Amino acid sequence: MTVIAIAFYLLALVTLASGLMVITAKNPVHSVLYLILAFFSSAGLFILLGAEFLAMLLVVVYVGAVAVLFLFVVMMLDVDFVKLRQGFANYLPIGLVVGLVLMGELVAISIAVATKGAAAGNQPLVATAAEPNIKMIGHALYSTYIYLFEAAGFVLLVAMVGAIVLTLRTRPNVKRQDIFSQVTRRRKDAVEIVPVKTGEGISE
Amino acid sequence: MDFNLALHLGLPETILAVSSLLILVFGAFRGDKGMISVSALCGVALIAAAFAAAFGHQGAAFGGSFIVDGVALFAKVAIYIAAVFIIVLGQGYFDRVGAGRFELPILILLAALGMSLMVSAGDLISLYVGLELQSLALYVLAAFRRDDAKSSEAGLKYFVLGALSSGLLLYGASLVYGFAGSMNFHDIAQSATTNLNVGLIFGLVFVICGLAFKVSAAPFHMWTPDVYEGAPTPIVAFFAGAPKFAAMVLFARVLQTGFAAQADQWRQVVLVLAVLSFVIGALGGLMQKDIKRLLAYSSIANMGYALLAIAAGAVGIPALLIFFVLYMVDTLGLFTVQMALSRKGEPVTRIDSLAGLSKTNMPMTIVLTILCLSVLGMPPFSGFWAKYFVFGAAITSGLWQFAAAGLVASVVAAFYYLRILKLMWFDVPAGDMDKSPLETRWIAYAAAAFSFPVVIVFLVYVYPLAQSAAQGFGS
Repeated sequence: MTVIAIAFYLLALVTLASGLMVITAKNPVHSVLYLILAFFSSAGLFILLGAEFLAMLLVVVYVGAVAVLFLFVVMMLDVDFVKLRQGFANYLPIGLVVGLVLMGELVAISIAVATKGAAAGNQPLVATAAEPNIKMIGHALYSTYIYLFEAAGFVLLVAMVGAIVLTLRTRPNVKRQDIFSQVTRRRKDAVEIVPVKTGEGISE
Repeated sequence: MDFNLALHLGLPETILAVSSLLILVFGAFRGDKGMISVSALCGVALIAAAFAAAFGHQGAAFGGSFIVDGVALFAKVAIYIAAVFIIVLGQGYFDRVGAGRFELPILILLAALGMSLMVSAGDLISLYVGLELQSLALYVLAAFRRDDAKSSEAGLKYFVLGALSSGLLLYGASLVYGFAGSMNFHDIAQSATTNLNVGLIFGLVFVICGLAFKVSAAPFHMWTPDVYEGAPTPIVAFFAGAPKFAAMVLFARVLQTGFAAQADQWRQVVLVLAVLSFVIGALGGLMQKDIKRLLAYSSIANMGYALLAIAAGAVGIPALLIFFVLYMVDTLGLFTVQMALSRKGEPVTRIDSLAGLSKTNMPMTIVLTILCLSVLGMPPFSGFWAKYFVFGAAITSGLWQFAAAGLVASVVAAFYYLRILKLMWFDVPAGDMDKSPLETRWIAYAAAAFSFPVVIVFLVYVYPLAQSAAQGFGS
């Protein structure tokens, strides 16, 4: 029990601290790295709750895709972050108000769930050692919801085809390597021997 | 759940889904040179799916999220056939403007798949997924001529506003789910009957708003003229017909299945949308100078009539089905005529340019005359029958005031069709027209022929079909 408690407090502390660092770090690249740390430690919290599928999802999707994308954007775009920070003091009051409202809502929900339990009628299924929740989710996804799952797959396919249709273009002026034509090029296609008379040069 | 039964019911969708994947791979290997064979394959897939739907079984699958009833099958056949015509028109059009890419017919195929998921939607998730599949494909199609500023603008506008409407719809759907405790339309109906919560009605109104945007009913119509003006014409011919049919069937299903007992609650909202649509459609069209913008307002007005059929309740469903089939043929014909007309290689877009068409291109003048008379609702033509059934259904269910208002609006709208007739027959020609491309000519002739003599035979055979299809809708 104490091991779990220690693990929880350690992970929670790291999550909070790295969350704080995300918004206070001077260097935007450091911010993104702290964000990745925050994702990792919240994944650890999910494992403590027995939701290993969510933990995997967090690592695979957020750390693997979203955070790396952030990192690319931060490194590639030349955004002047010092300039972005300039209004910090001006926006502090409204930021605090929004933050407090959000916190109030979270506390209200937590109290409601703690006293009344989760939404009535839909008690979550509890995963067991024999039936871990990855298996349960997979089972539901590929049996009850197979139709919607496949249809959602088609939505993503359309998005991909659409992105390719609208952005992929062959530019006429770009030189590409065509190995076949390079290898099959003959001497007569490339070189021409012109007899040059002295003092006259080549007209044309 | 019996998976074989589910596959059996979803045979048209399975055909479309599997063939779209195979054709995509084929197209990727052939490149844009293979567009014509890709188009042909997509057409064959759609026709096969239409046959599968025409002889399909009825039932429900996947825990009630996929419903196949008479209305769904009827709508699917109509949508697939419309998509085949659009592929033929698109092939010719994009070939001529030199913007042809093999993804075009595949996107049309995928949009048709989305529409058939919409008409079969039995719960809120399948409603949303079908709608998104269809809309995403249409956003891309609207911007398909990406080197053309207007087409890109149309695509972007449609996308941004479409995303907003999807947001409204999702918000409403989440409220409905939260207060009804279920996604399934039948369960929602049960929960709404036992405990009609304000939150549920609130959610319903948002869902109606989201769907009204998709069918371009006023006051959610603002995107229509701009998108119609900018998007490539064959794609607009598609927009005006099949997606709206699918969204209207979905509309009817949400209201008449999910909220069957609350007809009094939603009828007011639908009637307001209907009246606003045909009034704004009729008045807005008066000032238009661009043919496609004019047709956009015409489609807004027509959506008003279709909504009137939904407000009429169960008696309106066969009227809705017939209305949409006749309307789709008319709009297909009108947009095809617009594609068929060009002057020195420049497409004719302004209404003034139609002046004196009877002296330069007689066959197209006759086609356009028939189609104009049809959409304004002149008796023997198909547009008259479309309105006849809708107004008949509205009067049967006691909405005669609204039917009268619709009649007045259609008289106002008649002005702009008559103006086109006057320009064509009596004004001085502005110059010679080019020869119309082959496929546009034949599709225009076919639409005109359908609009008058064929429609009578069609109604004799198809109206009973529509009536039997609508049996048991919503229960």
